Amino acid sequence: MNTRQAIRSTNDFVIKFANINGSGSASANELFARAIMRMGVTVSPRNIFPSNIQGMPTWYEMRVSGEGWLARRGGCDMMVAMNPQTWDRDVAELAPGGYLVYDSTKMLPRSKFRDDITVIGIPLTEMCNRDYTDVRQRQLVRNIMYVGALVALLDIDLADTERLVAEQYRGKDKLIDANVRALRLGHDYARKHFSCPLGLRVERADAVGDRIFIDGNSACGLGAVYGGATVAGWYPITPSTSVVEAFGSYCRKFRTDPDSGQARYAIAQAEDELAAIGMVIGAGWNGARAFTATSGPGISLMQEFLGLAYFAEIPAVIYDVQRGGPSTGMPTRTQQSDLLACAYASHGDTRHVLLFPEDPYECFTLGAQAFDLAERLQTPVFVMLDLDIGMNERLCRPFDWDDSRRYDRGKVLTHADLEAGKEFGRYLDVDGDGIPYRTIPGTHPTKGAYFTRGTTRNPYAKYSEAGTDYVYNMERLRRKFDTAKTLVPAPVLTKASAPTRIGAICYGSTNPAMAEAIALLEDDGIHVDTLRVRAFPFSDEVMDFIAAHDHVFVVEQNESAQLRTMLINEGEITPKKLVRVLHYDGTPITARFIAGRIADELVALKVSTLEPHANPLRKVAP
Amino acid sequence: MTYLAKPKLLRADTPRNALGYTRRDYEGAISTLCAGCGHDSISASIVQACFDLDIEPHKVAKLSGIGCSSKTPDYFLGNSHGFNSVHGRMPSVLTGAALANRNLLYLGVSGDGDSASIGIGQFAHAMRRGVNMTYIVENNGVYGLTKGQFSATADKGSKNKKGVVNADSPIDLAALALQLGATYVARSFSGDKEQLVPLIKGALHHRGPAFIDVISPCVTFNNHAGSTKSYDYVREHNAAVNRLDVILPKAQIEASYPPGSLRRVVQHDGSLLHLRKLGVDYDPSDRIGAMNYLQERQALGEIVTGLLYVDSSGEDMHAHLNTVDKPLNLLGDAYLCPGSGALAALNASLR
Repeated sequence: MNTRQAIRSTNDFVIKFANINGSGSASANELFARAIMRMGVTVSPRNIFPSNIQGMPTWYEMRVSGEGWLARRGGCDMMVAMNPQTWDRDVAELAPGGYLVYDSTKMLPRSKFRDDITVIGIPLTEMCNRDYTDVRQRQLVRNIMYVGALVALLDIDLADTERLVAEQYRGKDKLIDANVRALRLGHDYARKHFSCPLGLRVERADAVGDRIFIDGNSACGLGAVYGGATVAGWYPITPSTSVVEAFGSYCRKFRTDPDSGQARYAIAQAEDELAAIGMVIGAGWNGARAFTATSGPGISLMQEFLGLAYFAEIPAVIYDVQRGGPSTGMPTRTQQSDLLACAYASHGDTRHVLLFPEDPYECFTLGAQAFDLAERLQTPVFVMLDLDIGMNERLCRPFDWDDSRRYDRGKVLTHADLEAGKEFGRYLDVDGDGIPYRTIPGTHPTKGAYFTRGTTRNPYAKYSEAGTDYVYNMERLRRKFDTAKTLVPAPVLTKASAPTRIGAICYGSTNPAMAEAIALLEDDGIHVDTLRVRAFPFSDEVMDFIAAHDHVFVVEQNESAQLRTMLINEGEITPKKLVRVLHYDGTPITARFIAGRIADELVALKVSTLEPHANPLRKVAP
Repeated sequence: MTYLAKPKLLRADTPRNALGYTRRDYEGAISTLCAGCGHDSISASIVQACFDLDIEPHKVAKLSGIGCSSKTPDYFLGNSHGFNSVHGRMPSVLTGAALANRNLLYLGVSGDGDSASIGIGQFAHAMRRGVNMTYIVENNGVYGLTKGQFSATADKGSKNKKGVVNADSPIDLAALALQLGATYVARSFSGDKEQLVPLIKGALHHRGPAFIDVISPCVTFNNHAGSTKSYDYVREHNAAVNRLDVILPKAQIEASYPPGSLRRVVQHDGSLLHLRKLGVDYDPSDRIGAMNYLQERQALGEIVTGLLYVDSSGEDMHAHLNTVDKPLNLLGDAYLCPGSGALAALNASLR
């Protein structure tokens, strides 16, 4: 460390752990993140992992942000390099002045290091071998040991961290002892051999509040429980698998009949995604709330069934945890590239309702609301999250639920309604909102039965190929979609600090980076209003927002600007008005990227609404 | 197809079942299939079975895929909800429906194209899972709606109407069902209602996956010389192993049979299956024996019919999943939503 000053920063840095997957590093890294949060400091960790079970490189990248930003920042200030396979690239990735923590048990040649970084060698393997006899345990405690060293190096509270270990292994006292001992060994070694804390350090703050730390897939599973789902049909696929696993584990906790021990739910692992959505449609037709969770390839396989559910008007909820496409694409990387495949799924003229949660909190709320919408509208509803929020733990608002809320089961004729002689035409638009009434099988011995089919039919569900019947039905479906506009969650508007003719639209997991980018731009005197779209069909506010601005940036994590296409198509917007900001390399989008692109585009567009002294490139350029 | 609707008038002496319904109450819309189609005989057999068993029509859900056979649920049980789903995927829709409400009777109707070709995966997995259903395949060996292509159950060497010989090996769905875990497996012939109606009744009273492969000749595309699914061919090669009588618990009468000629099976709901032996000494409780017998006789060119296998001790999917007795689709908010109190504790564990 001689050519450049070591980075000095309190509560604002990126630390990255380079590990080997299957080595037990995940729980140690998560413990480290929680230890910082216990000090009231905001962290946002992300797993970068391969499609593999054991032996391949995996990284845990964690941003510590005193200002509370949750998006990925990019760059790396401290590298905990535990994987020899990726040593060279991990060392190269460190910012000048950064810190390298490594296992110094085995001597490495000088050429393997850099002059402009601080190197912290800790003989982890040697210490483990000395103090632990069990071979598997040696590997696991080695991870806890580097956490202990980091606790000392970064000035994290050791007592807090020890309490976390005790919480994590509650009831397994032997494991607590072994882990706490490793934590202290690492901690004491660092204290003894290095000047602690380093230039990077954590200082107690009050930025976390009552927020919770959970991944979006678990939140979706919980949302399905609260939303009243009783049937799940699914097929395992990364990155959605843990949605149904979470649903199962929350159901075991909350939906086991206390007297009989029986399940108030049914989960069927199907033979493929076709069968998974088929089960959901069968259950929805029969009056149960049902869902599946999948990712892009599964959406492709479900297309025919989705058209049936749309046309036969059957409620269904689909959680799509998006990953990199097309085809197998990047199974363990994030994207927002299934919008078009879902919005217009299946052949013929179809349109589907999409919801875009921004974080685990909304995975829970929209995940539950999806069931009300699906039954009210009698149609499939997609909850479009992605790997970034689905598989990473994220700080978010604590979950809440209004106990006076009742499920909206939609327009269902009961035995009493039928007995009272209510006219029943399954596909008749009685109320003018495009939504017909339905009956649930088994309701009445002689009234209300009908034949469900994917073929054209008249308003009384009788087979018909008459053009007039077909057109009546299609126009009613169009009206129903217009009704959906008024029922889906409204977009969220954030006004700039000064009036502006520049707007930006984003959705889903992009939002934390968007908010931070807006702050960066504001620092440079560029004001941008933002609108976070939360659903398709687009409510009128979305089109009003576009109309109220001269240039609207549409920020997305896909290559073909899918939301932009939908906005142009559905809102009849002049394409030039919507400027693409696209990030699609599989990593989560960053504020630096968004702000840089917007600033560049504004220069290219020669936008004159900037403040006189604004310099768009001063702060946001890489 | 018949264009004339039957008159609605009922004679005073029209037979009624214990629920007061006539056979007409179990019929559906007028069939649009070809005159003489075997499928219409199967529909009539379903009507007869449900009438005889005093089944409340609305307690049946009838589901199908796509094809001639899959159109038929519109032509029987007009007071039951029906679902004509997508090609080859009826089993998954039925599975989901059965999970939602365990108290209905599920009747899946499919064809050989629908189940043995495009839908063989779903067919197989529904059998494996133990879905509580009656699954009838109306098997004619051809695609009718697209005008006579071979299906996957067409026998090797069978000729189509233009004289083309089928070179591919056939799939025997009854043999597959046996292997995959169906607990009631039968084969019958649409031209033999005396055999078919009791087999459907036994299936409707069975718990677990009940499968019936019904050879049902296609009068338009597969009823010529050289076809192995024609009326004449099936009649000539039909080798029934037994005759079934289904006796309900409330009306159990002891008929007299010659000693050694009868096998009795009691099903989970107390219904009694009386199997009269026909010549051969066939044991329908021996699954492996049944599989062997089918293979041996098929090699001799016989079409083995009758109740091939029954295991009345089987559990269904709801038992495997240990679901509550009340249908899931009837559980109210209070049984489903844990409420805000549970969230407070959960939030606390996530900090």
